[in-house]
Amino acid sequence: MPQIAQLSETFSSQIFWLLVFFGITFFVIGRGMVPKIMQTVTDRDSQISADLTAAKAARDAADEQEEAWRRRENENREAAQAVIATAKDDAAKRSEERLAAAQEGFDRDVAAAETRIETARSEALAELEAVAAEAAQDIVAKVANIQVAPPAAHRAVQEALAHG
Amino acid sequence: MAAEAKVDPMHQFTIEPLAGSQNWELAGYNIAFTNSALWMLITTVVLFAFVLGGMKRELVPGRWQMTVETFTGFIDQMLEANIGKAGRKYVPYVFSLFMFILFANLLGLMPLGVVGLHPFTFTSHFTVTGVLAIMSFSIVLAVGFIKHGLHFFSLFLPHGTPWWMAPVIAPIEFISFMVRPFSLGLRLFVAMMAGHVLLEVLSSFVISGGNAGPLFAVGIGIPSMVLMIGICALELLVAGIQAYVFALLTALYINDAENLH
Repeated sequence: MPQIAQLSETFSSQIFWLLVFFGITFFVIGRGMVPKIMQTVTDRDSQISADLTAAKAARDAADEQEEAWRRRENENREAAQAVIATAKDDAAKRSEERLAAAQEGFDRDVAAAETRIETARSEALAELEAVAAEAAQDIVAKVANIQVAPPAAHRAVQEALAHG
Repeated sequence: MAAEAKVDPMHQFTIEPLAGSQNWELAGYNIAFTNSALWMLITTVVLFAFVLGGMKRELVPGRWQMTVETFTGFIDQMLEANIGKAGRKYVPYVFSLFMFILFANLLGLMPLGVVGLHPFTFTSHFTVTGVLAIMSFSIVLAVGFIKHGLHFFSLFLPHGTPWWMAPVIAPIEFISFMVRPFSLGLRLFVAMMAGHVLLEVLSSFVISGGNAGPLFAVGIGIPSMVLMIGICALELLVAGIQAYVFALLTALYINDAENLH
């Protein structure tokens, strides 16, 4: 086993060179380079967390804005709906009024027409009585040879008309 | 032929000075630049190149940067999970430890023998793992005594121990504490050495079986080859696990020093 067989002749060289090269490793790499590498990692981590925080803040702000926009939008929609409802009401009222006015004119016309019809009817009836009385007088004079006074004939026609 | 094919599974652990450096000395001690030192150098360079690729510091990381950041994040999380907020300051040390061991283990497994190079796994030497373990243990001691002073000794007396149990518990805790650097260093050394010996033995079966004739080649060589492929995959896993265990135990021991019980 050379580790033991060569111990007395090589131990000093082994220890010396190990101390030299491990010393270089420790001071140059361990002390010199490793802290810089770890600093890079730390910087990156802090930058990432800062970026994440910023992104979160931005997202929160965006959410807030969206919320505000939504609220405003809802208000606007409600206002628009109110305007529409008012306009609808107005239109309904106006059309109702116009309908009512038209109905009134209509009723009036119908009433006037009915009055006219009534007048015409009564006039016709009066004419019919006069004609009937004269006819009755003539018929009586021809058939019975009796002169009937016009008022009597008129009364008899009226009676006959009343009894149908 | 048969004599040439003889494989010494321990030869791979031999340390050889390179390019006439065998007589280099520092304060009377030999510091020859060996193949072991060369692979420490290669590990350091490869690790440096790897981590350098993660230094682009881009906001949106590329694959390489992502990989390096995954490793630093992994160590960071491990320390935070085991030690807490105070664990952050140990990231440079534990990261260096984990990556150094991981790269050493993996580089030692590279099939560079195919192109004539000989990878050397220096983590299979207890001189190396021992130094790393002692380093971790020293940090535990230093942190413990600096942070808690002599109160650090309360580590040896877990909370809620009845007073009459203290004379029994304290020595046991003390021994288990003192064994830590040995278990830490030996675990890595043994795992790496065992894996490499196993691969070497199996490869010698393949070669010897192949040389011994078609019957042996089919009966021994091919099954050994298949087993070797499987064990190579297992060794890659072990390379990661041992580096992780070393770093994790270091973190746990530092936690003891940092937070006591």
